[in-house]
Amino acid sequence: MGNNMKQFGGPALFLDRDDINTDEIIPAKYLTENSKIDLKPFILEDLTLKDFDPNSESLKQAGVIVTRANFGCGSSREHAVWVLEVNDINVVVAESFARIFRQNMFNCGMIAIELPKDAIDRIISLGDQVDISVDVDQSTITAKGDREESFEFFLNSFDKDLVMAGGWLAYANKNY
Amino acid sequence: MGKTIAQKIFESHHRGSPSSENVVLDIDVVMCHEITTPIAINDLKARGMDRVFDPDKIKAVIDHVTPSKDSKTATQAKILRDWARRHRIRDFFDIGANGVCHALFPEKGFIRPGHTVIMGDSHTCTHGAFGAFAAGVGTTDLEVGILKGVCSFRTPRTLRIRIDGTFPDGVSAKDVILNIIKRLTVNGATDQVMEFCGSTVSRMSMESRMTLCNMAIEAGGTCGICMPDRTTAEYLWPFIKDDYDSIESAEEEFKKWHSDPDAQYSSELVIDVSDMVPQVTYGYKPDEVKDVTDLEGAKVDQVYIGSCTNGRIEDLREAARVLAGRKIADNVRGILSPATPKVFEQALLEGLIKTFMDAGFCVTNPTCGACLGMSNGVLAEGEVCASTTNRNFNGRMGKGGMVHLMSPLSAAAAAVSGVITDPRKYI
Repeated sequence: MGNNMKQFGGPALFLDRDDINTDEIIPAKYLTENSKIDLKPFILEDLTLKDFDPNSESLKQAGVIVTRANFGCGSSREHAVWVLEVNDINVVVAESFARIFRQNMFNCGMIAIELPKDAIDRIISLGDQVDISVDVDQSTITAKGDREESFEFFLNSFDKDLVMAGGWLAYANKNY
Repeated sequence: MGKTIAQKIFESHHRGSPSSENVVLDIDVVMCHEITTPIAINDLKARGMDRVFDPDKIKAVIDHVTPSKDSKTATQAKILRDWARRHRIRDFFDIGANGVCHALFPEKGFIRPGHTVIMGDSHTCTHGAFGAFAAGVGTTDLEVGILKGVCSFRTPRTLRIRIDGTFPDGVSAKDVILNIIKRLTVNGATDQVMEFCGSTVSRMSMESRMTLCNMAIEAGGTCGICMPDRTTAEYLWPFIKDDYDSIESAEEEFKKWHSDPDAQYSSELVIDVSDMVPQVTYGYKPDEVKDVTDLEGAKVDQVYIGSCTNGRIEDLREAARVLAGRKIADNVRGILSPATPKVFEQALLEGLIKTFMDAGFCVTNPTCGACLGMSNGVLAEGEVCASTTNRNFNGRMGKGGMVHLMSPLSAAAAAVSGVITDPRKYI
């Protein structure tokens, strides 16, 4: 209660495909940037997804990505998380994640939420404009679109501690 | 209840249990390269925490873009170089001594059975070939590793992959790992250690085991791992000879890490390689794999032999079997990047470099560059590369370019014929 001042959530961006990889989220040619903010314009530049426009308003407005299985597979590059962060996206909701990407999210104090396929289907069915809010304490997310639906998710206590601490460096500094 | 090798390593390196599902491990080797480390270095500096937990346990190399191609990559190299000097990191490898990290560091004897290893690079799983737990991590994990020598992991489940049978001529470790990824799919091993065992693995060289473990991440695996044995002891002998009376005694001591016969596995995959055909990827995911015979005649513009998957001496020898006395096709550019200076030197001694050059290959310095489309062999839009690397994502080697992953033998055959073709007809 009150110990998590940061708000998690925002307008949803649907990326309705499995196996979206790190090279699609941020291509390797931008890994020469030494500042996170410089990655900002290149978010999802190489994403292969029908009708997806990397310059769209829905991407500019997005606070949450809703996607399918194995999101963030491939490279270990934390740039794939930072490019979301600097674009004000701090939550990804997916059927599943690649291990390194998921860990990178929590290590940065961001949230990777796993929900079953039917829950993702239902969020996507809420319409084109869906607003998502995350209650970290209660481990629930609420999606508001044409109608409103709530879903419980599992957040393991360590991942929750990382979110509360603001990331792994702060947590490790205190505990190790 | 028996334990797997990963469980034994986790127990021996246990530092804390932040939850019932997570553990924090002490890390034996923290490896660094110039792409994912500089941001960690800059962040530590900005926080006033520019320290390293133990300079002897940190290994660093400039390998992704080397020599630097522009001001930005030169800056990345400089940040790593200055940091290594500032902290007296002795095992730092710069131009003249640098090579692809996952080929170079094993050569230096840095990885031992039972070790825990992290790097800001997904192909760190390669080092499991030595019976180590080695995992790719992000920059924050790397940063904490540099500062504190610890890293958090979920308690590992292990997927056992038993490989038996004798490889037919023309089929190698690369073909079997591609076939395994096809069976598991790209997330079939997520959050699991892939333990490779069986008579075929026991007969493999360390180079082949590294090829096998290198691609564990392409099935989502945390780490590939092989039991450390006689072959491991012989490979490491120059580095461990003061620690053991004999190779036999090293081999015997390594057995303490072996998975117990009654260890528990999440699942098991059994493969017989006796009838295996060379394997090739056809799409944009590493699990999209076919027999080479099903892709016969597919167009190729560039052939790339190198990388942490297949840039070792054994790989160059395999490719040279096809290239000796032949020329690459007119429509193809051939690029060889021996993965380390030692591989390059050995290839010179054996005449392999001449074989490649006589065939029409360009021989570059050791670097990761082309594999991830950063330098030294980037594709143009619409171009196709037959490559011995590990990842065929759309645009991986250059925007709009396509990659077919395959063995060095198959890549050499593609170079000679100008299209994807069954390499067995050339040997």
